[in-house]
Amino acid sequence: MVLRFRRMSAILAIALILGLLLTGCGGGNANTEKSATTETKEPYKIGAIFDISGTSSSLGIPERDTVQMIVDEVNKSGGINGHPIDLIMLDNKSNETESALAAKSLIQQGVLAIVGPSASGTTMAIIEAAQKGETPLVSAAASIRIVDPVKDRKWVFKTAQSDSLVAAKIATYLKSKGLTKIAFASMNNAFGDSGRAQFEKAAAQEGITILVKEKFEATDTIMTSQLTNIKKAAPQAVVAWAIPPSASSFTANFRQLGLTMPLIHSHGIGNKKFIELAGDAANGVVFPVGKLLVAEGLPDTDPQKAVLVDYATKFEANKFGTRNTFGGHAYDAIQIVIDAVKKAGPDKAKIRDEIEKTQNFTGISGVFNMSPTDHNGLSLDSMVMVEIVNGKWVLAK
Amino acid sequence: MTLASELLQYILSGLTMGGIYALVALGFVIIHNVTGIINFAQGEFVMLGAMFMVTLVGLKVPTPLALIISIILVMIVVGLIEFGAIRSARKASPVTLVIITIGLSTAIRGIALLVWGTNPYRLEPFTKGGPINIGGATIIPQSLWIIGTTVVVLVLTYFLFEYTYFGKALRACMVNKFAARLMGISPQKMSLFAFVFSAALGALAGIVIAPITYVTYDMGLMLGLKGFVAAVLGGLSSTPGAVIGGLALGVIESLGAGLVSSGYKDGIAFIILLLVLFLKPGGVFGTSGSKRV
Repeated sequence: MVLRFRRMSAILAIALILGLLLTGCGGGNANTEKSATTETKEPYKIGAIFDISGTSSSLGIPERDTVQMIVDEVNKSGGINGHPIDLIMLDNKSNETESALAAKSLIQQGVLAIVGPSASGTTMAIIEAAQKGETPLVSAAASIRIVDPVKDRKWVFKTAQSDSLVAAKIATYLKSKGLTKIAFASMNNAFGDSGRAQFEKAAAQEGITILVKEKFEATDTIMTSQLTNIKKAAPQAVVAWAIPPSASSFTANFRQLGLTMPLIHSHGIGNKKFIELAGDAANGVVFPVGKLLVAEGLPDTDPQKAVLVDYATKFEANKFGTRNTFGGHAYDAIQIVIDAVKKAGPDKAKIRDEIEKTQNFTGISGVFNMSPTDHNGLSLDSMVMVEIVNGKWVLAK
Repeated sequence: MTLASELLQYILSGLTMGGIYALVALGFVIIHNVTGIINFAQGEFVMLGAMFMVTLVGLKVPTPLALIISIILVMIVVGLIEFGAIRSARKASPVTLVIITIGLSTAIRGIALLVWGTNPYRLEPFTKGGPINIGGATIIPQSLWIIGTTVVVLVLTYFLFEYTYFGKALRACMVNKFAARLMGISPQKMSLFAFVFSAALGALAGIVIAPITYVTYDMGLMLGLKGFVAAVLGGLSSTPGAVIGGLALGVIESLGAGLVSSGYKDGIAFIILLLVLFLKPGGVFGTSGSKRV
């Protein structure tokens, strides 16, 4: 009897653990949210994949919130030509494999288009699925490789400024400040590698010499070894290409080692999390980013100002946290898809053609002019240089 | 910057990371010594300690009090886990128990994701003040806290295991459970104690490293693996070995990142693990051959 009781309790314990495991994993997947169907017309299925948990979650969470907000708005005002949007949102846990599985699942469910994912690596992982599944994909990630070479990317678009554009922006800024000998540090992943390749190109064009190149892991928290190498090279400025938390650790270590040259980051730090984690170390950091962060400070003549202020107000009113450019990329992606579906109806090939024809769409990341040779459609003036002063973003001079 | 100060910088950074690994490795060694199993949930104890600390400090609890409460909370959680999951399966083979700890680690991480979400949290350093300059290299005060904590904990556990009756009883359970029971030692109590003590160590590690590493629900995974590498380096059954293994791993990683390539830092750690397991399975610092038959 006692023995049986023990065996029972062992089985019970294992069942309990399994249960916990399931709920644990389920937490990530539970983000499959479906919008309520209110109309009688058949709903349009639109898929979304974001890096909602894991290392890129600081990007994925505002993107999820933004897309949900826009879809709710559209559905409340009658949907697309009377068809409500059935949004199927999946979390790829910042993992390439999960991302590919999510894309396959969405395509099997017959979505008209997919928005996301948030990061370059997770987007690269699903390009093949989108191409083969002939489903339009509008990514919110940065790497130029997502849409280049364009002949192999017929179905793929993206709304974030390309890293080539960001690299050119940083290189021109450095040149204008007379900083021509610099050090470069990047995350050891697709985002960092692509940024590094693009920056090398841009730097060569502007006549900037890269004295030393360093890498760090997304999970690294102490980067003093890399920074010591940088210190040794004595550059005039340091360019870092990363997202928080590693970008924050890098910045904190940079100050701790007593480095005093200007520190320029990429657009990867365009959220408050960077400042929150880096604390005072963030002050003085300069980085190029879409105009959203400094929307209210823009001149009234800026064509994007009204759209930016409107989105920022709504985002912050919904208590999603502080505005950030990642949510903006998702805003552009879902808007472009909705506009295309509005014109093309439920036909994936026609939707793709309409996305490619997008002209003068005033979004959050810039004014988009897509074409068969440019599946991003943004230009250099879609970005401004921003400086962090007392934990706030201000337009850099 | 001279080569000497450059090397010193790598070593100081390495010792900071190494101190973290050593604290995690100690937890592995203690549980292994007493129960003979490798507890892969050790990294999650670290995460729980740091998470409780961040939460309590966020509720305006003073730092020293928050530290004590966090450690006690983790000890209670782990005590309950030992009682529920490990004890009820004690008739199972060590391999099964190891697999249970892997499941536990995933479960704890999953719950932490639900409770604290995916965002990283920040904890203020224990002491204010800028970096300290030593011979051209810099070290931040929190690193000294980490290294200091490692030293104190090492001395305490070494003393506990080698010189107290209680420590000897703990080790007796490892050498021969049956004989220990004949001597009036309860292996069940000792197993519970080993888990709770390791939990306290893990929690303490999590709390002292939180100001440097930021706290995320999945921080335990990598720390657990690196701590395991450190423990294996040290022979898996020696407490000083675990600490030396941890510090050595930290320094090797740091030197590797600085002198070879920063892209291969984690790779270096796992290559070391494989080399040790192939060439010297008893650990670099441990006695060769396992005590267990």
